[in-house]
Amino acid sequence: MNRKTGDMFANSPELGTCPRVLRPTNPPEFGDGEKVKIRAENLNLWYGDFQALIDVTMAVREKSITALIGSSGCGKSTLLRCLNRMNDLIDDVRIEGSVRVDGRDIYASAGDLPALRKKVGMVFQRPNPFPLSIYENVAFGPRVHHQAKGGELDGLVEESLRAVDLWDVLKDRLRENALKLSLEQKQRLCIARLAAVKSEVVLMDEPCSALDPYATMKIEDLMRLLKAKFTIVIVTHNMQQAARVSDETGFMLLGELVEFGATTDIFTRPRDKRTEDYITGRFG
Amino acid sequence: MKRSLRRAKEFALERLLFLSGTASVVFVVLIFVFLLREGAAVFGHVSLGHFLGAKFWYPISSPAKLGILPLILGSLLVTAGALAIAVPLGIAAAFYIAEVAPKRLRTVLKSCVEILSAIPSVVLGFLGITLLVPFLKNFLGLPTGLTAFSGSLMLAFMAMPTIITISEDAINAVPREYKEGAVALGATHWQTLVRVVIHGAFPGIIAAAMLGIGRVIGETMAVMMVTGNAAVIPRTIFEPVRTLTATIAAEMGEAAQGTPHYHALFAVGIVLFLISFAINLTADLFLNRGKKR
Repeated sequence: MNRKTGDMFANSPELGTCPRVLRPTNPPEFGDGEKVKIRAENLNLWYGDFQALIDVTMAVREKSITALIGSSGCGKSTLLRCLNRMNDLIDDVRIEGSVRVDGRDIYASAGDLPALRKKVGMVFQRPNPFPLSIYENVAFGPRVHHQAKGGELDGLVEESLRAVDLWDVLKDRLRENALKLSLEQKQRLCIARLAAVKSEVVLMDEPCSALDPYATMKIEDLMRLLKAKFTIVIVTHNMQQAARVSDETGFMLLGELVEFGATTDIFTRPRDKRTEDYITGRFG
Repeated sequence: MKRSLRRAKEFALERLLFLSGTASVVFVVLIFVFLLREGAAVFGHVSLGHFLGAKFWYPISSPAKLGILPLILGSLLVTAGALAIAVPLGIAAAFYIAEVAPKRLRTVLKSCVEILSAIPSVVLGFLGITLLVPFLKNFLGLPTGLTAFSGSLMLAFMAMPTIITISEDAINAVPREYKEGAVALGATHWQTLVRVVIHGAFPGIIAAAMLGIGRVIGETMAVMMVTGNAAVIPRTIFEPVRTLTATIAAEMGEAAQGTPHYHALFAVGIVLFLISFAINLTADLFLNRGKKR
């Protein structure tokens, strides 16, 4: 396929056989100088006999926030987990199509999974710090990737905690068990872990659903801040959240990416009737 | 009339359940009181310090020499040897079964472990005498194959199922999120196990080791058959020893009731009881700590 032009439809005739995907908005045309970080093409995924993703094609712009919305079970988390191959952990999964990160197909071969997951990190629905100290949580990634040690590591931990605005609060408590932190702090810590391994993409799977509204607001602020350094893809149940933080939004329904486009367009003038119904609360 | 009958029935049932529930407590107390009554009499003949610290156990010489230090050391040596073998192997096996083995192999392995725990100790002892003891004698060039090490090997077999089963439970109880978090950071399977899963499962693994010790230190039959039963202080693990349990089992039949020897054997029982109690208590503490987190 044509990777360089940014126009993936230039010479991909097989897309023509798939009338259900609304191609004009999918993917959005990005302006000059804006780089596509992740591109999923004709992605199909089966759990056993059940097809959870149907011919999904989308592009994620570098250093932007892309939101995936849709009712539960629509495949948005599955799609997210395709982007760093976390679905590999599940038995009986079959995937067709391609996902390119920086132009390289991550499903092309067995590949270097640790390196992929280091580059494309993930934040989960329930904050999941390890049962280790705060320091060890942040240092975990750099240690397993042999990125730093000793004083260098101390610096990296500080830098990472600063990136998520935890350093000032926690700098005297680094040896405490991370399980003692509040939910919001735990979630920030999980993001700091990714900052420590210099992830380039952060996948967030409903990162705020365990948090109260105030903590949610603060995590959203953090996301806007992180956008300067990271490409963020967020799956959210909360449409307002998608509207508030994201630059692009994809609406999924029953395994299909129904519509994908600039968030303002999706929320103000959706092209697909189903998107409109969902946005306006007629179902979902 | 009818109502009072129903009430009486309910009362009787309640009492019955209460009795069943408290029976174990009553038995423990009764056993301990009995042990204490029979065993304490030995201290009319020897002091506590002498009993625990003296180096000679000649219960039928006159006057009887009742020092159980060789027996305690024998038990400790055999137990330590068994643990040195069973704990690393057992934990490694638990990790393999819980985290590495493919599904079908996992089921097979788990049933094998259960079968291993179902083998009667006397059968293991029998195998020990006929196979292990001559093998060790020839292989290591020892004057006799009946050594503390043989006992350790036998006991390691017996402790493994306990250690494997409880460690595996502890490993499985580690929340999936920890593993996912580690994998999502690019940790390999091995790194995830060593750096995250072990931390989560640690209290349970300690408890498993403690319960393994409990199983080992109270075991009698297999040890008695393969350790040679010489009540001397061993210098290496390749010498015959006699354990606390084997002493009771071997001598109880021939000790005349009411003699110092008879009471001394009960006192040995108290020592064993206290050791097992302490071990079980420690294991419980760790298990509970694991649950709280």
